[in-house]
Parts: sequence; structure tokens; C-alpha cells
Amino acid sequence: MSIHRCWVYGDNVNTDVIFPGKYTYTLKTPEEIAAHALEDLDTTFAANVRHGDVIVAGQNWGCGSSREQGVTAPKYAGVDIIIAASFSRIYFRNCINQGVLPIVCPNLNTLVQTGDTIEIDITNGQIHAAGQTFTFPRLSPSVQAILDAGGLVPMLQRRFAGEN
Amino acid sequence: MSGKTFVEKALARAAGVSEASAGDILDVRPDMIFSHDNSAAIRRIFEKIGAKNMARPDRIAITLDHAVPAPTTQHAQNHAEIREWIKQQSIQHFFEVGRGICHQVISEEALILPGEVILGADSHSTHFGWLGAFGAGVGRTEMAALWATGELWLRVPEAMRVTLTGRLQPGVTAKDISLRILGDRGVEGGLYRSVEFAGDTLSTLSLDERPVLPNVMAEFGAKNAYMPPDEVVFNYLEARRTRDYTPLYPDPDAHYEVEYALDVSQLEPQIALPHQPDNVVRLSDAIGEPVQQAFIGTCTNGRLEDLQAAADVLRGHQVACRLVVIPASSQVLLEAARSGIIETLLMAGATIATPGCGPCMGNHMGIPAPNEATISSANRNFKGRMGTPEAPVYLASPYVVAASAICGVIADPREFLS
Repeated sequence: MSIHRCWVYGDNVNTDVIFPGKYTYTLKTPEEIAAHALEDLDTTFAANVRHGDVIVAGQNWGCGSSREQGVTAPKYAGVDIIIAASFSRIYFRNCINQGVLPIVCPNLNTLVQTGDTIEIDITNGQIHAAGQTFTFPRLSPSVQAILDAGGLVPMLQRRFAGEN
Repeated sequence: MSGKTFVEKALARAAGVSEASAGDILDVRPDMIFSHDNSAAIRRIFEKIGAKNMARPDRIAITLDHAVPAPTTQHAQNHAEIREWIKQQSIQHFFEVGRGICHQVISEEALILPGEVILGADSHSTHFGWLGAFGAGVGRTEMAALWATGELWLRVPEAMRVTLTGRLQPGVTAKDISLRILGDRGVEGGLYRSVEFAGDTLSTLSLDERPVLPNVMAEFGAKNAYMPPDEVVFNYLEARRTRDYTPLYPDPDAHYEVEYALDVSQLEPQIALPHQPDNVVRLSDAIGEPVQQAFIGTCTNGRLEDLQAAADVLRGHQVACRLVVIPASSQVLLEAARSGIIETLLMAGATIATPGCGPCMGNHMGIPAPNEATISSANRNFKGRMGTPEAPVYLASPYVVAASAICGVIADPREFLS
């Protein structure tokens, strides 16, 4: 069980507002990328986010561009868990590959507000928030294995270290 | 037991299994993979993984298109890193600055064929459904993994059938159909699904118009999109292809989780208002809104017929606002120059830029100032998309963009078409 502070957003938030396209080939370091996280969605986010905070969003979070900084920008800013009513499919995969846990939980973003705290029990697949308990579905074993390895890069590093 | 959808057949084939159903997770070996200006970043991930060589260098395409020619030293450095990598890894399918946008170039080069699977480090990889292929976007890390291993896990998605009937009116295009679909069902309407097109409208669409539908389905949340390939597609590929192929078609009794049908015969031109591609109204409800810039180009609507449509509207007129035209490829530019289209556009006051993505995602060559409105033939109008969150973007067909350029306000192209 862990306690997290929430940043709450609505439906259909796209990757252009999470990390603007004009930066995709010029900003490279984690610090630079984190400084622009959610820039055109919430100007208060990058300056105030703390390690362990979570994003709680509506449906189709992360639609639009496939740019991976949509995940790495909030991750480098301290977000390891993103909860949404649903995820855009590329964004969902980018989360897994970056070792960020995507949790599908309908309606939570309508019950909590930015600054509220929630409890997440990853082992039992439960969220305690707004006086209620929500259960979330488990990932398939092969997908969970990527997340458990810390992401796709660490997983493949092990595989190629074994071959060389 | 019901029959199979296109996506069930295509992913089973690429995974080397006899059959698959929605929900299955498969290790898929794509027939082609591609990336673009993001290839330098992918190279850095590939090196971090510890792989020495690419699994299938003959099945990798890299196109420089997102910021070309390089607008800054940083972009130039990015391109230089990619060129060095191309030489080092002997990648055959490399397309330099000016050749065009990845989706258009890969289609022109016939690097992907009906029934095949292509994965691209670009969200508009759904585009290749126009050839009857499975195309889907992946992130940079997954592309590095594909370079290293040649395969990737994919879940077989549930499918949605979009049935289009009737013939479009003059001045109304596949772009208007795709905007209407987004307007009716929303940007989440096809979320995670294989969007499979059917109906008698499809065979009436020209070669250049066809890619618009699967391309825009990226904005619908689709995993991939599909159009049944016909003689028009086979003829297009015949002189270009270097390998054989077997087209795939869904079974008549395939299971579709969702059905959507549209009679396009009475469809009017459509327009997406700021700041979301599903914020769609009939063009007649947006007439007269001022625009300071018009942009015709992109993977959605930068082909020869799109430039021809603009020329048909603009002939004999002068633009009242900036009009930026960027052909989707060097081949499109060459044909447009030969056929006099470029001359017509220049005479009307348009400016023509290097084939590539241009200002679509805010890199260069037509970035609006704050509070300047752009009407664009692209597929995305999210806040800040073209560089600043204060610049609203409208999405429409090349006809509508050209008419609006003449008037300096959103205008109906049918008044200019005789």
C-alpha cells in the first residue's frame, strides 16, 4: 500500500499538450524533458510535481502522437503511476516500456481533485480513494514481465547480455 | 464459430500461426519497420540495449521528413547522427531530405504490400491500410527493440466495421468522410480497434484519396485501419514492387464488435474546429471565420490530387492570406511541376516548400503567431500543435483550404468550381 498525491485531468488529453512536438528533436536530457511536462495542459505541473505523485485522467489519455516523451516527461518529473479511464494504445505501450504502471480505472478522475491523496495497493489491484475502493485489472503475464524488469530496455539488456 | 476479421488474419500470418482471435497476444514478425527523424534517438536506445547488429536491416526504412531541410543546428546534428548510422548498419531503404513524408514514400516505393504487417515509429502508421496492409504505430523504445530482435508482441484487437455507401458530390472528398466519422463517434470512437472499411464508396475513391481514410483513423484511436485492396491498388503496385504478396480479406461472417454506416452521397464539406479533430461541424456552419494562414500538405492531404484540387479552386484568383503548399513527396512535386499545377499555385500567390511534414507539428516552415488562425489539410489541430497554444487550427480538405485562402475567411470551395 502506498499513498500518492493526485494531478487530475479530463478526457482525450493528447500528447501535443503533454509534451509539445516542437521539442521532440531538440530536448534530450531527462531534466530538460521533465521541465516541459504537461506544458500546454497545466502550467503549474512541472514546477510543483513531486516524486510519487500520480496522474488521474479520463478516457483516451495520451491520444495523438506516438512520441515517447509523453510518458518520459511526467516520469522524469517523478510520476511512476498513471491512472486513466482508458489509455490511447501507443501511450499504454510506452508506459509499460518505460516502467511506468498504467492503471485503468473508470470514473476516478470525476471523484478526486488535484491535490487529493489516494492509496494504491498494487499487490491486490486496489485503489482506495474518496471513501471508496476500486479494483483494477491485472496486466497479462508477458506484459507484466516487461514492467517487472523495469521496462523494455532493461529486459532486453539482460537478453543481449546473455547472448554476448 | 464466426469467420475472421482482416486483423485476425494478418497478425496470425505475421506471427506464423495458423489462426488467431481478438484478445490473443502474439509475437509478430513485421514485413517492414520504419522510423524518421526520431531514428537518432532510437539508435541511442538500440546501443543501450546492447545489441550489436540489426536483426533484418533489409526490412528497415528510414526517411528524413519531420524537420527538413534542417531548420536549426540541433536538427542538423540529429540528421547527421542518422546518416552516420545508415552507413554503419548498411540500411538500404534510406530516404534523404526532400524525398518526402515516410508514409507517402514507403507507399510510392512499394516497401509494404497487401496482407503484410508494417510497424512505424509514427502514430499515423495506420496509413498503410490503404494498401490492405496492417499498419500500426509504436514508440521509440519498441522500434529499437524491433531493430534488435525483428519482432514485437501485439494483442489482436477487436474490430469495427465502417461501411460507406454512395458516391461523393463534386468538391467533397475522403477527408470530409473521415472528419464526419470523427464528428459522429469522437476521437475515442475507434479506441484500440481495427477499423475495417467496407461498402461501394471505396472503389469510387481515387488512388490519392484512399490513404486519407486509414491515415485519419489514427485520430479515431484505431490500432490499425484496413481497406480491401482492388485492381486499382494491384496496378499501382505492379511496376513498383520487388516481392510477391497475397492480399487478405475479412470473412463475410467475421465478427465486428461495432458497426458504423454512412451514406456519403449527400455529405457536405466538413471542418474540424479548434482544438480537437472530432470538433467537427458542417462547413456551412463555419463560413466567414477569419484565417491568417492556409496550409496544404502532410501525409493526410499532400498528394498530387490534393494539389490539383487546390489549383482548380485557385486558378485565376489571388490569395488573401498566406498559403503554404508542401507536396508529400518529391514525386508529387515533380508531377505537379510537369503538369502546371505548381505554376497555377504560384500565380495565385502560394509559397511552395520542400516535401516533408512542414509546420504540421510546429517544427518550421509556417508556424503561426499567437492569435493567428490556420486552416490546414492536416489531421491534427490539438492546442499548441503548430507551435503555440494561442494559435487555433482548423482542419479541412484541400478544396476548403484553397477557397479559404482566396477569401481570407473560411469559405465554400464549390463556389469556385465550375
